[in-house]
Amino acid sequence: MNDLPITPMDVVELDPAGRPMPAPDASSQPFFAAAARGELIYQRCPTCDHAQHYPRMMCTACAATPQWRRATGVGQVYSFTVIRQNGLAPFKNELPYVLALVELPEGVRMMGTLTGCDPGDVRIGMAVEAYAAKLADEVALVYWRPVAGG
Amino acid sequence: MSRTRDRSPVIVGIGLSDAPIAPHLSAEEHHAQALQRALADCGMAKADIDGYASAAIVGGDAVAMAEYLGIDHRWIDGTMTGGSAFEFHVQHAAAAIRDGVCDTVLITYGSDYFTRLGRALGTGHGAAASTLTGPAMFHTPYGLSLVGAYAMVAQRHMHQYGTTSEQLAEIAVGVREFAGLNSHAQYRDPITVADVLASRMIADPLHKLDCCVVSDGGGAVIMTTAERAADLRQPGVHVLAAGGAQTHWNISQMPDLTTSAAARFVDTLYATAGVTPADIDTIQLYDSFTITVLLLLEDLGFCPKGEGGRFVEEGHLRRGGRLPMNTDGGGLSASHSGMRGIFLIIEAVRQLRGQAGDMQVPNCEVALAAGSGGWLSAIGAVILGKEAG
Repeated sequence: MNDLPITPMDVVELDPAGRPMPAPDASSQPFFAAAARGELIYQRCPTCDHAQHYPRMMCTACAATPQWRRATGVGQVYSFTVIRQNGLAPFKNELPYVLALVELPEGVRMMGTLTGCDPGDVRIGMAVEAYAAKLADEVALVYWRPVAGG
Repeated sequence: MSRTRDRSPVIVGIGLSDAPIAPHLSAEEHHAQALQRALADCGMAKADIDGYASAAIVGGDAVAMAEYLGIDHRWIDGTMTGGSAFEFHVQHAAAAIRDGVCDTVLITYGSDYFTRLGRALGTGHGAAASTLTGPAMFHTPYGLSLVGAYAMVAQRHMHQYGTTSEQLAEIAVGVREFAGLNSHAQYRDPITVADVLASRMIADPLHKLDCCVVSDGGGAVIMTTAERAADLRQPGVHVLAAGGAQTHWNISQMPDLTTSAAARFVDTLYATAGVTPADIDTIQLYDSFTITVLLLLEDLGFCPKGEGGRFVEEGHLRRGGRLPMNTDGGGLSASHSGMRGIFLIIEAVRQLRGQAGDMQVPNCEVALAAGSGGWLSAIGAVILGKEAG
């Protein structure tokens, strides 16, 4: 895991108008702020080495206070779906779109929008890389796209 | 233990409110109507009730409903695990009755979901724009729908075990066959595997007919001691075992997308009941989606992990099969008013009493009802018997 290079995420602007907006608490604020800077981070426990995402104030395994680590920014599709019906704006205007659960080599899974390929070409196990969709100065979502040439 | 002091928990009263579409009833009125019918069913008086459990997706929660229904209780349970809440209520009520905390427990559910909100449960309506806090910050911004969460489970199961859309469709086809016999079912016309596959895709790989209906409806269950049941109108149906567990709440946290929490308590469940899966005569499984059924079948030991698709294809769950499932037409065809766990218990009791009419499973002695709450998150199951264990 530590041998993998850390790749900064590309940061693209996402118009926040009409979109759900995270209002992070102290435990999750570093994640959203890092993403807005192009850094993908996750929590690891200094006591028991448990890795976790979404971020929390405590380690879900041992209750110690977790620390932040940089993630490599790559992962594999663990599962996915193509959303073809959603009555909620803004998503109803963006159909169809792909949602993926991405397994990171660091040992956590993250959900995110998968772009950059035809929905019919998405496969479990596909190599993907993270990029940031920035909604505000210190808030970005983590999106995914196929690794170039992957 | 002598018969006269037998505190073994039994179900004596069941009632359903008007369904599947009941614009004349509010959520609270569904609770009340189901209670009236459950009391009439068993011949008990409302004043006999001294324990109460309830959970809500619309309308009041347990304390609010205790007030509305005028329940003078000395034991209350508002456990809310989603659709499986009522299996958890039976588990908790059985212990309370056995321990003498209370003698007679009422469990109710009521929902005007369809009338109030239409068919929006699975894929939403209105606008998602909102300020998010907590775990929702990590899925809502991506446009995850309820159906989408289950679709990711199905996709993974297909990948890992070769499960096919045809096999999932077979579940919907079998349940629809039973719905055709239920005059209160929302959809009764027979369907084929081809019909399911031709229905529009909602979230790959789940088609419209892989998804449950959205309805109105409520139910009531009355539990008491075997001693008290002896002079009631209906024979007591014995709670042989109950179990529950949770693996996650949000789908992103499900440890293994192909295994539900039922796997964590299944061995204890059967050991407590003193039966094996081969002894079960009918199953009432939560069928929010066809994939929900598949995971529950595997995790409750009716077939090995990964073989649910083939098991279903063999036709065991159909009318006349060796393990008829969702004999009232299930959530896939008959009714699903938001949380279906109580209807599973009511149908199991109907079968064990031999009162299921055209849908009756012959020689029905032992039944299993299993609810799934959230996103295959919290699973609760009960094994019920015509006779004491």
